[in-house]
Amino acid sequence: MEVGLTHFLVLSAILFSLGIFGIATRKNAIMVLMSLELIMNSANINFVVFSRFGNFQIEGQVFALFVMILAAAEVAIALAIVLNIYQNFRHVNVDEIKDLKG
Amino acid sequence: MLQKPPNQNKKIKKNKIMETLSIVFYLFAFIVVVSAMGVVFSRKLMYSAFSLLFTFFGVAGIYAILNADFLAVLQIMIYVGGILVLIVFGVMLTSRVTDVDIITGGTGRTIYISSGIFATLMLILLIFMYTTVNWGTIPITEYKDTTLDLIGLTLLTKYVLTFLIAAILLLIAFIGAAFIARKGN
Repeated sequence: MEVGLTHFLVLSAILFSLGIFGIATRKNAIMVLMSLELIMNSANINFVVFSRFGNFQIEGQVFALFVMILAAAEVAIALAIVLNIYQNFRHVNVDEIKDLKG
Repeated sequence: MLQKPPNQNKKIKKNKIMETLSIVFYLFAFIVVVSAMGVVFSRKLMYSAFSLLFTFFGVAGIYAILNADFLAVLQIMIYVGGILVLIVFGVMLTSRVTDVDIITGGTGRTIYISSGIFATLMLILLIFMYTTVNWGTIPITEYKDTTLDLIGLTLLTKYVLTFLIAAILLLIAFIGAAFIARKGN
């Protein structure tokens, strides 16, 4: 069977569902960040696939480039926040950090 | 005539390329799916981080199959060289005792099962959508030599403003990250 558009889309769907599952089940903030990276990668695969098989020339790849830039910025900020949380709470469990709760 | 006509020869060659391509695709897809499952299901945080390495490499291979050579290189440079190193540092800095393996600590069983059902439903819905919708695309088989010059041209003409804004955003984000992560904040 020839590899076509659908194969890549199904692959990215599997990656996306795994990322959603990881975000929903894990308590550790860094684990949530890793699952977020999985989701971003699946979105990126979709961009590149439609750039090759769709009628968009190169713009899908350019957009995937911007997604990568945003992912780098997001991870830098998020890890800084996680380090700060660790200094204050001595753990990074996202469900136990509720000091802002009224 | 012993020799085949050149047209048929070309077609056989093309078929062979497509066959190799699908083998390579299934190999990389297998790597991506298995290592992503390793990221999500492994109990130790460090194992997840190392699994993520293989996921990123697999996705880079998928980009290479899709004629996005520049993006494949960038994926390895940015994700493996930058983001993964940051994540590994984050794992090491937020563990109390380095000798003890950090258990990622799952939530309760109900949340585990319900989010599993939710993720599976989402997967089924997405696959149903992807396989039934007619995307109206034309199959492309020929490969360009490189997409680098085209990407550079597009970035510096049509999307030059977006490019500059992304550069400034990255600068601001890194300054902000350094500021937030300072000790005694």
